Amino acid sequence: MAEHPEAAPHTHEKREHWSGQTAFILAAIGSAVGLGNIWRFPGQAYEHGGGAFMIPYLVALVTAGVPILFLENAIGHRFRGSAPLAMRRVHRNAEGVGWLHVAICFVIGLYYTAIIAWAVSYFFFSFGQSYADDPAGFFTGEYLQLGEAGTVSLSFVPQVLIPLVAVWVVTIVILALGIHKGVERLNIIGIPVLVATFLVIVVRALLLDGAADGVGALFTPDFAALTDPQVWIAAYGQIFFSLSLAYGIMITYASYRRRRSNITAPGMVVAFGNSSFELLAGIGVFATLGFLAHQQGTTVAGLDNLAGPFLSFVTFPAVIAEMPGGAFFGALFFGSLVLAGLTSLVSVLQVISAALQDKFGLHPRGGAVAVGVVSAVLSIIGFGTTTGLYLLDTVDQWSNQLGIVAGAITMIAAALWFGRRGHELERHLAAVSTMRPGRYWLWLVNAVALLLIYMFAEKAVSLIRDGYGGYPGWYLAVFGWGTAAFLLAVALLMPLMRWRRDIDRFHAWPSREQLALPAEVGERHTEDYDPRGRT
Amino acid sequence: MTADALVLMLVSIVLIWGGLVASIAYVARRPENDHMPEGGEDTRVPD
Repeated sequence: MAEHPEAAPHTHEKREHWSGQTAFILAAIGSAVGLGNIWRFPGQAYEHGGGAFMIPYLVALVTAGVPILFLENAIGHRFRGSAPLAMRRVHRNAEGVGWLHVAICFVIGLYYTAIIAWAVSYFFFSFGQSYADDPAGFFTGEYLQLGEAGTVSLSFVPQVLIPLVAVWVVTIVILALGIHKGVERLNIIGIPVLVATFLVIVVRALLLDGAADGVGALFTPDFAALTDPQVWIAAYGQIFFSLSLAYGIMITYASYRRRRSNITAPGMVVAFGNSSFELLAGIGVFATLGFLAHQQGTTVAGLDNLAGPFLSFVTFPAVIAEMPGGAFFGALFFGSLVLAGLTSLVSVLQVISAALQDKFGLHPRGGAVAVGVVSAVLSIIGFGTTTGLYLLDTVDQWSNQLGIVAGAITMIAAALWFGRRGHELERHLAAVSTMRPGRYWLWLVNAVALLLIYMFAEKAVSLIRDGYGGYPGWYLAVFGWGTAAFLLAVALLMPLMRWRRDIDRFHAWPSREQLALPAEVGERHTEDYDPRGRT
Repeated sequence: MTADALVLMLVSIVLIWGGLVASIAYVARRPENDHMPEGGEDTRVPD
């Protein structure tokens, strides 16, 4: 902007752009489709009513997933900035909400990288099947060299450290190449490869003995579960975490779309694309578990470790060991974990990089290196050691289960309740999109916020009262509540720092006048808005 | 696999994968809104 002081109000500040709509859709799907689709969804569905879980799941997709996805897209697209910048433009005092998103991404990036590093190792282990004899012992003993729970060790594990450094180098290079040449290219190549690889995995899995029983176990409905509120909360939680909502990712990614862009209809592709992959993964995972149960002469119910890291790094290796052509299947499975993880990791770190670029006037390369180097060092110290798994487990509870829900509640409160931007965002979406958000959109977003407040309170009470995972109190105080304190500190302190760019010379488009709204935010408006009537 | 498990699997597939196909078709048929308000041109960013 500074280079064009003569610019007329309708010309806008420079911002990187996606090359087109398809690139954006693939990148957003790449962000949403991550490790949670592969190892969280199948277990959640199985535990919460099997086939009957699909009913609350679909309800949650339509009533919470899509509306919040639209909200984030609308904020990023209209206010054209990283999470802190866009939120500041939503409301003068809401910059901290954006920094909360940034801090969550920072914390998650630290340990997400470690899991991708494990998957890289296991990709190579698949060829020699070094994990075949004793998968559980191999994972925690030989590979992670796990120390004692509730302790902190600085003894590094070389076979974790090396892939961890490699993942960080690759990620920093991708981010430094910028949106168009880095993030976009990764997704344009990575997502089709991921889907094709997973299709091969699923077809192979379905041809195994016992596959039908496994898939049957996933979908056998327990309709009584529908009367249990916890099942509904699990469904809303799954949709929420799976779609990468309230990390600031969708705000950031939408800010790189051109102004004259269709927002809602591509959002539907992203939402259904994410759930489609999740369903595919569920079928593949349970077909494979059915085979394992068949080999061991038991049922799926008799197996252990049906979700989370142990599903991927203990249960799957056990399957691979028993399967004809296991090496190839193993390489495909861990290769797809790496791809799914990497496309999500890049989106998480882009949130931080974009925020630093906006706040401190950095070039994309500077932002990427700043984020990458600091994160890489902390990530290596925390997760390259023998106690990394415990730290990961603890930090994830507070940042993911508590932090993200708080990020969503504060975002909705800032945009709708304090910022009073609801109608503006609704009309913005209607003006630029081929599909209107509909009259129930704002109503749904408000309702979701109430549900999230309940989820937050329930989680916080449980963590305060019961602790977590049997770890000692001091450990949870330092690493669990310490994580929460860090998130809060970033959200409160970063807005105090000065913006290095002129961020106030900004004109939202379409203007409030074009949207038939009064010039001042919060003034009552009576005029109806017909997006087709004002061209 | 029991009949009700099969039915629930098929219904889920039809709704979710069908939703994906339908939303892709919707975007493909009308990628952009032809009735946007005036303005909103972005300046080009040099790489």
